[in-house]
Amino acid sequence: MKISEIVDAVNAEVLCCKDKLSDEVFSACAADMMSDVLAFVKDQAVLVTGLCNPQVIRTAEMMDIRCVLLVRNKRPDAVILELAETKGIVVLSSRHRMFIACGLLYTAGLSGGEHCV
Amino acid sequence: MSGENCVRLEFNVSSENFASAGSASEAVKTRLKLLGINSRDVRRVAIAMYEGEINMVIHAKGGKATVEIYNDRVEIILADRGPGIADIDVAMKEGYSTAPEDIRALGFGAGMGLPNMKKNTDEMRIESNAGVGTTIYMTVKLT
Repeated sequence: MKISEIVDAVNAEVLCCKDKLSDEVFSACAADMMSDVLAFVKDQAVLVTGLCNPQVIRTAEMMDIRCVLLVRNKRPDAVILELAETKGIVVLSSRHRMFIACGLLYTAGLSGGEHCV
Repeated sequence: MSGENCVRLEFNVSSENFASAGSASEAVKTRLKLLGINSRDVRRVAIAMYEGEINMVIHAKGGKATVEIYNDRVEIILADRGPGIADIDVAMKEGYSTAPEDIRALGFGAGMGLPNMKKNTDEMRIESNAGVGTTIYMTVKLT
């Protein structure tokens, strides 16, 4: 699905890289521990997280993640957004909690990639 | 090995600002991409080095990272003057971590770093002495 469809599914606000909303993504992962993202994520292009610090963007960059969806209405500061802009990573913010956001995205057709570790 | 073409990169990893942790790994990833190395190999190097860089910032107040890019492999050396690893076998177990609670709040310290570094490299060797520091040697073969 297009990143713009994610925006619609979780009623998100687009915080940077608006020019990439028509990019296609196929699967997502969700975690608050970046250690787990680094250890278990394979080719998921979307990261759903409640963590909000620059290491979220750096982790996304290392894993070739194209879109970070912040849940629970987390608001990144200018440093985080600047880093994301440099790396071309779309940052979204939604008021939904993690479980609901994941459910809405799954229902909308976004897969989780591999089922089990 | 003499006669081999090699690109050598060196970084001082500072622990003064957690926000900047990972900048060396980011620079290496960018360089590898520019050299046309395939994305799977680039990601393996990036993950292994980033985990190591984060460890240096969390546990050792920074250190020095050296990366040598050869035609067939990437060699990474991460050297710090931190407290050392008391028991390397225990530290290699998934889930074992000595990271303080404030580091977990930043999204790290799940005890996955060292095992993940091993998983993403073809060779990994740890030299560590209590009170002297730790040096980690990693090799990723390019496919």
